[in-house]
Amino acid sequence: MFACIYVPNFPVAAALRTEPDLQARAMAILEGKPPLEKIIAVNKQAATLGIAAGMTKAQAELCPELALRPRSALQESAAHAALLDCAQSFSPCVEDTACDTVLLDLAGMESLLGSLPEISRAIFARATALGLDAHVAIASNPDAALLAARGFPGVTLIPAGREAEQLGSLPVEVLFGCRTLRDFRRVDGSSREGHPQNESNDSDLLETLDRWGIRNLRALAALPEVALSERLGQEGLRLQKLARGTASHTLVPVEEPLVFEEMVEPEYPIVLLEPLAFLLNRLLEQLCARLASRALATQELRLALELDPAFDFESDSLFNQQSKISNQKFVRTLRLPLPMLDAKVFLKLLQLDLNAHPPGAPIVKIHLAAEPARPRSAQGGLFLPPLPEPEKLELTLARIAGLVGEQKAGALELLDTHRPEGFRMQHFMSEVSRKTSRKNNVEPATSNLTEESQFAVTALRRFRPPLRVKVTLEDGQPVHLVCRKDDVQGRVLWKAGPWRFSGDWWEREAWSRDEWDIALQNNTLQNDATRNEAPIALYRLVHDLLGGGWFIEGTYD
Amino acid sequence: MVSSGIAALDALTGGLPHGCLTEICGPASSGRTTVLLSALAAATRRGEFCALVDASDALDPHSAAAAGVELKRLLWVRCGENSPRKDNSPRRPRGTEKSEIRKDGCPISAAHFAAEVGISSQAVLNFDHKQKDPSNENNPCASEHRLEQVLRATDLLLESGGFGLIVLDLANLPLQSARRIPLTTWFRFRRAVEHTPTILVAIEQQPIAGSCSSLRLQLGSQNHSEETMDPTHTRLLTGLKISAEMIRSRLERKPARSVIFETRTAWAG
Repeated sequence: MFACIYVPNFPVAAALRTEPDLQARAMAILEGKPPLEKIIAVNKQAATLGIAAGMTKAQAELCPELALRPRSALQESAAHAALLDCAQSFSPCVEDTACDTVLLDLAGMESLLGSLPEISRAIFARATALGLDAHVAIASNPDAALLAARGFPGVTLIPAGREAEQLGSLPVEVLFGCRTLRDFRRVDGSSREGHPQNESNDSDLLETLDRWGIRNLRALAALPEVALSERLGQEGLRLQKLARGTASHTLVPVEEPLVFEEMVEPEYPIVLLEPLAFLLNRLLEQLCARLASRALATQELRLALELDPAFDFESDSLFNQQSKISNQKFVRTLRLPLPMLDAKVFLKLLQLDLNAHPPGAPIVKIHLAAEPARPRSAQGGLFLPPLPEPEKLELTLARIAGLVGEQKAGALELLDTHRPEGFRMQHFMSEVSRKTSRKNNVEPATSNLTEESQFAVTALRRFRPPLRVKVTLEDGQPVHLVCRKDDVQGRVLWKAGPWRFSGDWWEREAWSRDEWDIALQNNTLQNDATRNEAPIALYRLVHDLLGGGWFIEGTYD
Repeated sequence: MVSSGIAALDALTGGLPHGCLTEICGPASSGRTTVLLSALAAATRRGEFCALVDASDALDPHSAAAAGVELKRLLWVRCGENSPRKDNSPRRPRGTEKSEIRKDGCPISAAHFAAEVGISSQAVLNFDHKQKDPSNENNPCASEHRLEQVLRATDLLLESGGFGLIVLDLANLPLQSARRIPLTTWFRFRRAVEHTPTILVAIEQQPIAGSCSSLRLQLGSQNHSEETMDPTHTRLLTGLKISAEMIRSRLERKPARSVIFETRTAWAG
């Protein structure tokens, strides 16, 4: 059996839920941009005063007893959430049909909650307690329950097999009356509420049925099927099935968003990282167990530490320099390259991160959240080259980052620019590269003694930062260099160039330089008596045309 | 044994050995970096992941790309002066901070460290509190700090495992500093890669690993300046001429011999 909870005149009901004292007064809801606001919904008292939907605000204000309220999305959202809560307290399988309608599957609930009349009365009472003036109906299929809830006030119970008889007295408008009847056919999860095309079709069908003299569902149910389908098509047949109470659809239950969060409030503020690690370990184990129970992993951990409000933040300059906090909360986010589920690895990564970025104040509350993700699947191979384990690699990278700095260890990415040093560091990963190589059909070979090029490419070994030199020029060409690095100075024995490079002239960071390839005596070997001829060392000499300085950028090695 | 990426070197040595330490030594412009990038390119072409512990932050990304290195498979560890020095102990009241130098994770006093490396303790304390010019590799404290980073990073990478090739680039470090690496450290590195598919390569100015290395190559430059009357803008650096001599090989009993090969610059075609 299925139950339907329907809240008629939903915008008014949502407003009355927050202002119950307006229950006895005439009330109307306005919507639109001023000064063109129009009334979209009225309660019974307002209707008796002659106020109707579509009137302008100016017209409505002529009635002094009328209370006007703007439409509030927040109020409607809260009312909808209350409706869902009410339904979910009676059944785990609830369909969120529309903002004012929910459907429940009552299979197996009778043994828990009592007979169907008791359940329907309990639902009604619960909805009333939540401030919702709802209609409740129970029938053997969801569509019949929906029509009964929309058509009959209060609580309705339709026994199985008597749907056509009970629904027969309802007007045909109940099939079209609200756009929600289109919504419960949602397939892609998106709402087609208020679709102009649908509303136009509905009004055409209503007009046609009215011309035929079909006023209620009983009359519609009695029409011959073939003739109806010839005139109104499949839509007509669908409406007839609804009128007969034989239509049914499978409920699409509401799925609650998965939230994996753990929190602990220690008895006294935590000052040291060691006891913090103990608590984090407990929270991580619980989170990982919950994720594992749903066959999930995580790719992001968020640690929020609430700091001691009694701590004097203003006077502690070290704290202000190091920590990023707002409102005495210290937040660190750990993003992993791959979904993982290892509490020990997470604890180690958090410890390394907190060592590098300490909170700077005593901790009074710890909140840890994990973003769920599908666990990764990997197929190993017997003949594939070794690759680092992702968990171990993450720990290693975190430790190395603690040694050399966060942006000083990782993979390289060349930028699309001719600017010198046009590259950036990115996070090093082992799994992605493997997938990329598979995509590009690059098969890793096991041994490759025969594969090599005839000539190796001459490499440049850079000095970072470049070495500043004093250059003696003759006819505009460098002939002698002086540098504080002992082995990079002397007479220029050979030179080639200059080659001019420039770029980004349209940016603030324009650059322009002349490059020379020069040869200097290799001073580290000058005392080598076994050598008959003095070998040379080759360098790249750069003249910064904008700044005016000379630099040795690197050595060809 | 696997290819180093250079046919002449492979013919000389048979390739780079798995599970062993290889030293490649030579002065400036002797082809060390070219051999290094060729080995990295060959390893990444084989589908392996590589790590480069760069003591002087000297890698040129464009040279690496030109050599054929798959940059996404290369972990580049850039050692230098801008490393964070974090105090892991609980927060102390201000005014009570003390200087301490950490060596291999164990805090030692500045005086003790200074005595070990042969410099004044005052220099160590000054270094500990002030930032030095990162390019001043002649500063002994700066070099020691870089060395510490290199050794600790190498330990971490060897412990992690899974890398086909790990390279320690010590070529730009002053020889005095590089020589301070104790032989026990080299022995530890060798034991860490033994019986694993990882190749460990050290690039240096002169051999410093003693008997721990299984293969030692000495590279030399065969480039000599030739004065010509051509205008400088018509000249082009087309490449280097490199000589490689196998000083030591514990793996195959080959007589020490040398080979000469040429390299080409990326613009020479």
